[in-house]
Amino acid sequence: MIEIKDLHKSYKMGSNSLHVLKGINFSVEEGELVAIMGSSGSGKSTLLNILGMLDELDEGSYTLDNVAIKNLNETKAAQYRNKFLGFVFQSFNLINYKSAVENVALPLYYQRVGRKERQEKALKYLEQVGLKEWATHLPSELSGGQKQRVAIARAMAAEPKVLLADEPTGALDSTTSYEVMDLIQKINDAGNTILVVTHEEDIAQMCKRIVHLKDGVIVEDKKVEQVRASQYV
Amino acid sequence: MFNKDRWQEIIEVLSTNVFRTLATAFGVGWGIFILIILLAAGKGLENGIRADFGDIATNTMFMWSRNTTKPYKGLPKGRNYRFKLEDVMAINERVPGLRFISPRNQLGGFGGANNVIRGLNAGAFNVYGDYPEIIKQEPMTITSGRFVNQNDINNNRKVAVIGDGVKNELYDKGEDILGSYIKIQGVNFMVVGSYKKKNNNGDGEEGQKEIFVPFTAFSQAFNMGNDVGWMAITANDGYSISSMKENIVNVVKENRTIHPADERAVGYFDLYEQFNRVESLFGALRWVAYFVGVLVLLSGIIGVSNIMLIVIKERTKEIGIRRALGEDPWSIKKQILMESIFLTIMSGMAGIIFGAAVIYGINAILDAVGPVDMFVNPSVSLSVVVGALGILIISGLLAGFIPAQSAIKVRPIEALRTE
Repeated sequence: MIEIKDLHKSYKMGSNSLHVLKGINFSVEEGELVAIMGSSGSGKSTLLNILGMLDELDEGSYTLDNVAIKNLNETKAAQYRNKFLGFVFQSFNLINYKSAVENVALPLYYQRVGRKERQEKALKYLEQVGLKEWATHLPSELSGGQKQRVAIARAMAAEPKVLLADEPTGALDSTTSYEVMDLIQKINDAGNTILVVTHEEDIAQMCKRIVHLKDGVIVEDKKVEQVRASQYV
Repeated sequence: MFNKDRWQEIIEVLSTNVFRTLATAFGVGWGIFILIILLAAGKGLENGIRADFGDIATNTMFMWSRNTTKPYKGLPKGRNYRFKLEDVMAINERVPGLRFISPRNQLGGFGGANNVIRGLNAGAFNVYGDYPEIIKQEPMTITSGRFVNQNDINNNRKVAVIGDGVKNELYDKGEDILGSYIKIQGVNFMVVGSYKKKNNNGDGEEGQKEIFVPFTAFSQAFNMGNDVGWMAITANDGYSISSMKENIVNVVKENRTIHPADERAVGYFDLYEQFNRVESLFGALRWVAYFVGVLVLLSGIIGVSNIMLIVIKERTKEIGIRRALGEDPWSIKKQILMESIFLTIMSGMAGIIFGAAVIYGINAILDAVGPVDMFVNPSVSLSVVVGALGILIISGLLAGFIPAQSAIKVRPIEALRTE
């Protein structure tokens, strides 16, 4: 599903450049649930941004679902993001003047799905995350956990190949964190490929595979026995 | 364009900060209002001055004889000469493109002694010897009877067409004028009609106190022989009298044995040139109105552009989210451009409506207090409104362009990072 070879990325900071990713080789099969761990500055967010086509790589190659991702203009990148990827952010990033269901319907709108169908689909995904009754509420009327569940529904609405979650539980207390992880595990059980960036060990343990990043290189890549989040909920 | 979701979004964005939107809109509305008012005022002035010209055929020149200033072929300078009827014929033959050549003779004048008598009434009036064509050069409405016709000319009939002013002075109210006789410098003429002139220039009253009689009868009655006092010459449509006057004057000079270089022997007045000068003044006025109006509008547009930039800044994160979700940049750009155009058009329309209301008010006042000198019916035509709309759409595009550009210039990852 994801194939990364010899990936390099550096940022220019004035006169010096900061080499963030120093040759990453990494691949993800369909249906995997991968945790990317590392301390801050290890390059995990940069890696996720490159995977999410929000950032460009300097060197190396990136193939997503057998499509080479390189030299994309913004329009093309937007199309690919819409078609291939779903994003879940630490700070939820819901559009605050739109109701939950409108937020979920947004990626479908960019796919030019008709109004009615969009509404139905969005409601269906909201139902899956257990928020159907909250469909017409604005994000400001939802709790943190609910917001993140709306964000997950939104990410899933476009039926992406890969779900990218950047610290999805970073802004949540542990109980809600587990609820969110439970949801992610269920989505993964349904066969979806998910990458989770986190620095919390317990969250990482709920994935099937942990990739440790340190100073821009992968120091450890191991399969783990998945801890089900449902037992904590 | 006609996408319900997009419009919904535009309304949502613009209504999040109503006061700010209204304040911005006011800038544009005010600009277009000023533009409309200036154009309407210019039009009012134009209408006023045009009314002064009345229906006079403007492609016309008047020509009269003066004293020669150069000796020529044995004739001395300072010679007093007269145009002759042959000159009219000669001009007709040798200068193509003329519509009317009316030779005219005149008696009396403003402030002159009484020259017309009817019974116990007497008055001083301008009396003209004219051909029938003069009514097309100097339009007047026949209020009773008829005007001078070709038969009158051919038979030297002593008939007269009198102005309503003449009628008021010489006749009692309700008295029948047709068939009655008036005595012009001792010669009886039968009144066959009366006229009224429309143009309301300063001598409006004077214009109604004229008497027209056939040219031939006039010459005979007042011993003019073949003399022609002056001529009114109108060119055909498509010809300009200004470019033909040289030829006309030259024909007369040749016929009257005047030195070709004698500039002052033939006096003339080119109405068309005057008219054109006034026309170009209107053109300049309109230009000034557009210039000032568009400049005022520009400040409004800068306001819109400014607000759009602020809106973009506030929505940077949202734009980042949208792009992460796969909205293509062109769609974002379109959204911002449409917001800006929508705002400008809406406020512009408000300005136009307000301007139209003010013009309507001014017209109502003008109607109520009666005519004002040189200012009639200030108005803007539909084409001006359409033009203003065009200006608004272009301005909306311009106002939205920089913000839209800056919105998609921010990379999604940076947009997402902003808090």
